[in-house]
Amino acid sequence: MVRRYGEREALSGVGLSLPAGRTLVVFGPNGAGKTTLLRVLATLLRPHSGRVSVLGSELPDAAWEVRGRVGLLAHEPLLYRELSAVQNLRYHARLHGLDEERVQEMLEAVALHGRSDEPIRTLSRGMVQRVAVARAVLHDPELLLLDEPYANLDPAAVELVSPLIGPRSGRTRVVCSHDPGGGLSEADLVLGLRGGRPELLAEAREVSSERIAELYR
Amino acid sequence: MAQRPYGKGLRPLSIATVAAMTAALALVFFYAPLEAEQGFLQKIFYVHVPLAIVSLCGFVLGGLLAIQHLRTRDPRWDMRSYVAIHMALIFGLATLITGSIWAKGSWGHWWVWDEPTLVSFLIVFLLYATYQPLRFAIEDPERQARYASVFAVTAGAFVPLNFIAVRMSTSFLHPRTLSSTSNLPGSMGLTFLVSLIAIGLLYATLCKYELTVKHTRAQVRALRRRLLDDGAPARGRSAAPSALPDDDAPARPAPGQPDGLGAQRFGAGSAPGTVGG
Amino acid sequence: MSATLDTSPATEGERSVARPQPGLWSTVAAVMRKELLVELRTLESVPGMSLFAVTTFVVFHFALNRGSVEGDLAAGILWVTLLFAAILGVNRLFVADADQGGFDCFLLAPVDRTALLIAKAATLLVYLVALELVAVPAFSILLLGPPIGPALGGTVAALALGDLGVAAIGTLVAAMAVRTRARDLLGPLLTLPLFVPIVIGGARCTAPLLELSHRGAPSGRWLTTLGVYDLVFGLIAYALFDFLLED
Repeated sequence: MVRRYGEREALSGVGLSLPAGRTLVVFGPNGAGKTTLLRVLATLLRPHSGRVSVLGSELPDAAWEVRGRVGLLAHEPLLYRELSAVQNLRYHARLHGLDEERVQEMLEAVALHGRSDEPIRTLSRGMVQRVAVARAVLHDPELLLLDEPYANLDPAAVELVSPLIGPRSGRTRVVCSHDPGGGLSEADLVLGLRGGRPELLAEAREVSSERIAELYR
Repeated sequence: MAQRPYGKGLRPLSIATVAAMTAALALVFFYAPLEAEQGFLQKIFYVHVPLAIVSLCGFVLGGLLAIQHLRTRDPRWDMRSYVAIHMALIFGLATLITGSIWAKGSWGHWWVWDEPTLVSFLIVFLLYATYQPLRFAIEDPERQARYASVFAVTAGAFVPLNFIAVRMSTSFLHPRTLSSTSNLPGSMGLTFLVSLIAIGLLYATLCKYELTVKHTRAQVRALRRRLLDDGAPARGRSAAPSALPDDDAPARPAPGQPDGLGAQRFGAGSAPGTVGG
Repeated sequence: MSATLDTSPATEGERSVARPQPGLWSTVAAVMRKELLVELRTLESVPGMSLFAVTTFVVFHFALNRGSVEGDLAAGILWVTLLFAAILGVNRLFVADADQGGFDCFLLAPVDRTALLIAKAATLLVYLVALELVAVPAFSILLLGPPIGPALGGTVAALALGDLGVAAIGTLVAAMAVRTRARDLLGPLLTLPLFVPIVIGGARCTAPLLELSHRGAPSGRWLTTLGVYDLVFGLIAYALFDFLLED
């Protein structure tokens, strides 16, 4: 699969297959193409060549089948800063055809019920990240695409969101991580990118932290 | 895939253009009669009006080519659209300048609002003058091409509508010279026609020329990249599209076959038959 | 060359119960609701546009050194001011989405993408109406010579048609300009030429209505022209908008 940015190939030569319920962790320095990979899988970017099949549907032609079954947790929280958490989640719920109950359920799940009426810009980064998590799993997606999900979260918060987006959530996950130790412990499959190309692709148990650290040199 | 030299039609086209322009100039100076009212200056009409017509057609053509680009996503259509519009803009500038000279000579003012063609032309020109700034303001080349195409289609549709609107609003105080082309006396009509053909050919030749230059540059860049093994510096930010010379790349090996260009391979876990590429 | 993310469901039957996708109009409603909520919270567009219009009328008074205007001049001032105020609104239309990831939000949802165009254009239309509710009375008080009463019907008709065109073109251009580097500059540069036929139609239509003596009736010809222009650009916006959204 190839995705270009002008004459440069932002992502190329990636070939892999991830079975349901498993976790793929992607490592690599900044600019290696991790975010590009996530965005292609999220149907936000079109692959320029090659075959991409997500949840049984081919991209880009059947992208519409995939939306609504994929959850993205990106660098930006994708929330309107002037609106409150509950207003943001309600907007998302309406876009996905969900009802108010689900919104309240998710707010409880990330323990933000108390401050759900305040504008997002007044919340701390950790809280914002929690709302973002709620947004990402609001529609109960089968596939989760997570870009450094535990950034800005203290250990208590990590515990909180784990059942939603962690390995025990039962969902298929593709996680971008900068943390070799933590990332490896969650992974079934590991992909190491550098300069848009895959340098490493293996089962997690066959990979060591040092090997991952090498990617960053 | 055999290499098709891009500039193949350039020579006959250039020759035809030179021939037509010579013929047109000859006719303008020696054949067409001197118009009673406006004298020698009127001859600028043979340059100004064809420039206007070709320019407007160029803009609309740019829109049509842009539609093709949006439909097929092939960057070559965007390249053609860009060149068509770019060249039409230059011809448009020439139209405004010659129009202004004519206005000054005939009516004593550098600009007149009574000539609806000229006025609607000014508006169209101002619109298309934003085409390149728009392109330049978008860095991602694919998005640049796409947005430019959307603009080109919108603007292309705007051209006729704007013309109609302006014409409706203009009070017809002065004789509109464009309408009078339909009943030009024979000699003037012939001269006009030849001029039109000449300027049309000039436009086509310049467009083809620019396309060839761009294409060649892109080929050279691709070669450098291959020779320097991807180490060549990327193009800087630019308003012009870059041709992706897909039709000139050596045939890529089919998946599953060894790739001679040293593509990456990776170990255990990869799906069988997967080749980096 | 293939990246396959395969999810064979744990039990075969589960997958089939897909959630019903929200329809076009409920999506439009959802987006508009969000838009108006944000506007109410930030008050970025409408108050700014209205204030700009009133201030511009004052500036015109000093620039033209006139206490009252009528006919052509009145129509011209009104339309130009409204259009420039509209451009302020157009500039801000997609800014929140571009800066706060709103595009992604929308693009990830299983909805018809045309809903975004309709919702945004409708929102802009609402802003324009709000603007006119302030600007037209202000104009008739500050600058207009003849009383506006008898001219109101025709003026409203012309404004309505003009607004539709501004909404369609404004939304399309706003979407084009927002993700570029010089977004505040390119927006106006792109919209103004496209607005010219609207100015022509609107001003020509309104001018006879605002005469002190010999009041005319609104010209059907110009109203039709405006309508046709609106229709064409509405269709163009509809056809091209999706191309601006994807990446």
